[in-house]
Amino acid sequence: MRYSRFQVISLVTLRMLIGWHFLYEGLAKITNPYWTSAGYLDASQWWFAGLFRDIAASPTAVTIVDYANMWGLTLIGLGLLLGFATRAATIAGVVVLVLYYVAVPPFVGYAYPMPTEGSYLVVNKVLIEAAAMLLLLAFPTGHLVGLDRIVFAKRRAAVQAARANA
Amino acid sequence: MSDEHTNAGADSDWSRISRRGWFKALASIPVIGVFFYNYARKKAADDATKRAVMAELGVAESGPAVIPNAVSQPPSRRIRLGIIGNGGEGESLVRFAGFAHPDWIEDARKAVAKDPRDKQLETYLNQSDLKIALTGVCDVFDVRADRGIAASAVDVRPGGGSVNPPAKRYRRYTDMLESGDVDAVLVATHDAWHSRIIQDAAAAGVHVYCEKAMTRTEDEANAAYAAVKASKIVFQLGHQNRQSEAHNKAREVIAAKILGPITLVESTTNRNSPWGAWVWDIHEKGNAQTIDWDHFQETAPHKVPFSLERFFRWRCWFDYGTGLSGDLLSHEYDAVNQILQLGIPQSCSASGGIYFFKDGRDVPDTFQAVYEYPDRDLAFVYSATLANGWNRGLTFMGHDASMKVGGSLSVQADYESTRYKQKIEDGVIDPSEPMFTYRPGFKGIDAITSATERYFASRGLLYTYRGGRRVSAYHLHIAEWLDVIRNGGETSCNMDRAFEEAMTCHMATRSYQEGRKVTWDPVRRRIV
Repeated sequence: MRYSRFQVISLVTLRMLIGWHFLYEGLAKITNPYWTSAGYLDASQWWFAGLFRDIAASPTAVTIVDYANMWGLTLIGLGLLLGFATRAATIAGVVVLVLYYVAVPPFVGYAYPMPTEGSYLVVNKVLIEAAAMLLLLAFPTGHLVGLDRIVFAKRRAAVQAARANA
Repeated sequence: MSDEHTNAGADSDWSRISRRGWFKALASIPVIGVFFYNYARKKAADDATKRAVMAELGVAESGPAVIPNAVSQPPSRRIRLGIIGNGGEGESLVRFAGFAHPDWIEDARKAVAKDPRDKQLETYLNQSDLKIALTGVCDVFDVRADRGIAASAVDVRPGGGSVNPPAKRYRRYTDMLESGDVDAVLVATHDAWHSRIIQDAAAAGVHVYCEKAMTRTEDEANAAYAAVKASKIVFQLGHQNRQSEAHNKAREVIAAKILGPITLVESTTNRNSPWGAWVWDIHEKGNAQTIDWDHFQETAPHKVPFSLERFFRWRCWFDYGTGLSGDLLSHEYDAVNQILQLGIPQSCSASGGIYFFKDGRDVPDTFQAVYEYPDRDLAFVYSATLANGWNRGLTFMGHDASMKVGGSLSVQADYESTRYKQKIEDGVIDPSEPMFTYRPGFKGIDAITSATERYFASRGLLYTYRGGRRVSAYHLHIAEWLDVIRNGGETSCNMDRAFEEAMTCHMATRSYQEGRKVTWDPVRRRIV
């Protein structure tokens, strides 16, 4: 796949902005001793509401989910910013965002106790961010701008060496 | 288009990575630098604001430092317990003492199966074993006496407690007190019985945990006070709010003078269900044969023919209790007394009416009481309705800040505060947001289904927290009483506090009934 300079700059900018957002969301949760996902999970509606509410009801499950969120968001954020394990970070990011979306989808007739900063109908910013990350998965940039470039280089070298031996 | 912008264009060998390649690999490092620079600035600013506020307040963010007699000491001997009045509240007390009725356990199991957020069973099983046996049950209704006996021998005990033989039923509590088989009694009869039971128990040397309100009348309160003071028994009044972490934290906030001079305390009750207005279920087996009606109404001022309504919904009549005054104002007053140590007010004006539940009751369903404490330069206002569920809570209003206390606690600076003027101007304190909140607790959510239970939970009466673990305030209150019986000390709601509670509530009842302002004579210790 060939990218123009403009395409690379656009894609890497998008990746870094999303990475920045994830990293701060993660760190903000890590440094807030009162943060918990329980309220969000407990407010869940739609098909998976039962599952999310069950998690909210179990202090053990909530603790696991809380840690997974805090560190997951931080690591995904670092991955996207640094361009390190970019593909894995992007996939994890999409999964996380889709989970956030299906937990509390802004469908017609659903009301939530959490305040929102905008007006949403079916589509919200979580869904848009998920779609943007899907775009990053389709048009990867980690091997161009990011630490993956080094990893990629080593791997290519190994492949070439193997070919030469054969 | 440069080759380097294609997949194949990446450097193909570690050692052959060009300077340009390294630059691209590490291109985001400056971005990370900008991120952490901003992050550190934001965090430093947030922390500085928080430190400035906390330093100004002089109160710790953590749980209350001192919780008096929080947990029962290792018990040195088994205490034999009796229950007098095993109705709704009595059965709860017995359960919080460690003896749930088998049917309750079955229902609680079903509730968890249906909704894993239901924490009733877990809370019961997490109670500590108080090393007691329920040896006596006294109730005028056969069904309730039998339920008490079944609970006494329940095989699902919290904290690995042993299974006990069934309790003995007594038709008269005096027989139980004289039997020598009980060391202590839980009293959960209607209020008109309390004083006589307290006096007889004190005479027999049997310790008493009595439900609120302590008595139905002023004279009964004086008699109970004298009897307990003349005895060596340990007395605890059933205001479990004494065990609430948020209430104990509120005392620290007051001690730190964060609110400035407090001129008004507003306390409220809003309930909006028949159950919350004491329209309790009439048991299908309740009849003149299964209920000893004459004994039930023995201490009531007016004797009436057998009435299922009066037996099962006794709080609706002044013959057996004092309505809102004794049932809910008593809780609210005791919470305020716990936090401010107010004592008995100088005067009270109360009013109200039966505006919604026109079902034959004679106690008001809407009730307001205004208490004056001129020696403390403050007024305490209680306002209640049983036909609206708007949660107004309990608020302490000071010149510098307001404090709202319930299951949690929050303190908000006042826009016109003198003390915080500079910090408000500097933007360190924002008077539109709480500057301090304290949420005892654990991470997780519990489903409390009924409106009444939600009401209590929001006020910290059902559950409180110890070390982040949810425990029942009732359980802790009983545990504290048993602890004092075994090891000495003072219960947190002892006879002095109970006397203040009783007189303060009776002032409201008298004021309402007599349609005039009443005052307290501290020398004669009488309402005049």
